[in-house]
Amino acid sequence: MTLNLLYFAWVRERIGEPRETVETSAETVMDLVAELKAREPRYELAFSDLASLRVALDQELAEFDAPLAGVREVAFFPPMTGG
Amino acid sequence: MAVPVRISVQAEDFDLATELSGFGHAANTGATVTFTGLVRDDTGALQHMEIEHYPGMCEDAIRKIADEAANRWALTDCLVIHRFGRLVPGEQIMMVATAARHRSEAFAAAEFLMDYLKSRAPFWKKEVTREGAEWVAAKDSDEDALSRW
Repeated sequence: MTLNLLYFAWVRERIGEPRETVETSAETVMDLVAELKAREPRYELAFSDLASLRVALDQELAEFDAPLAGVREVAFFPPMTGG
Repeated sequence: MAVPVRISVQAEDFDLATELSGFGHAANTGATVTFTGLVRDDTGALQHMEIEHYPGMCEDAIRKIADEAANRWALTDCLVIHRFGRLVPGEQIMMVATAARHRSEAFAAAEFLMDYLKSRAPFWKKEVTREGAEWVAAKDSDEDALSRW
């Protein structure tokens, strides 16, 4: 499947781009993260501490063990600091 | 009855008087509460703040939070404005306004909105000083604040 990946704040800075499209057969967010980490050191750096990351699937907050079936957009970012 | 909830995620500054001119005019409104958040500079070193946001998800997340507040406290009006982009110390970052029959509901709804916007609306703040730039870390107390609701 084709997924649009979005990165925000320091995740975007570590990966070096705000968005990209990937072809993947990952079943869960965790599988996708493992695939990305294996690609290049900058992904390894961005995803080194999952406890300090949040994920949204099609713009809804989700857990890292959530399935990716039917999902089009996956966003990774640090805990939000609005207000 | 559907509650009028207005949300704006914008780069531009806002004028409080203009935003509130038509606010809370329903006959059953007895109280309005407004809160405005400003860019604070504790040390005198802050040059500016960059606020990054997730377009689309921002509006949806804020609307969900505002709808919940509106239902829970039977609000008669509700407004949330949140800015993004480059802001200097003293500038307005965001505002919430709530209108209800009584002040206790208006105050509670405004506090609820603020607590949830802090850690559930997809914004990220970066502080830029002469020494460099640093992302503002979320605080455990922000997450703890949600448990009281």
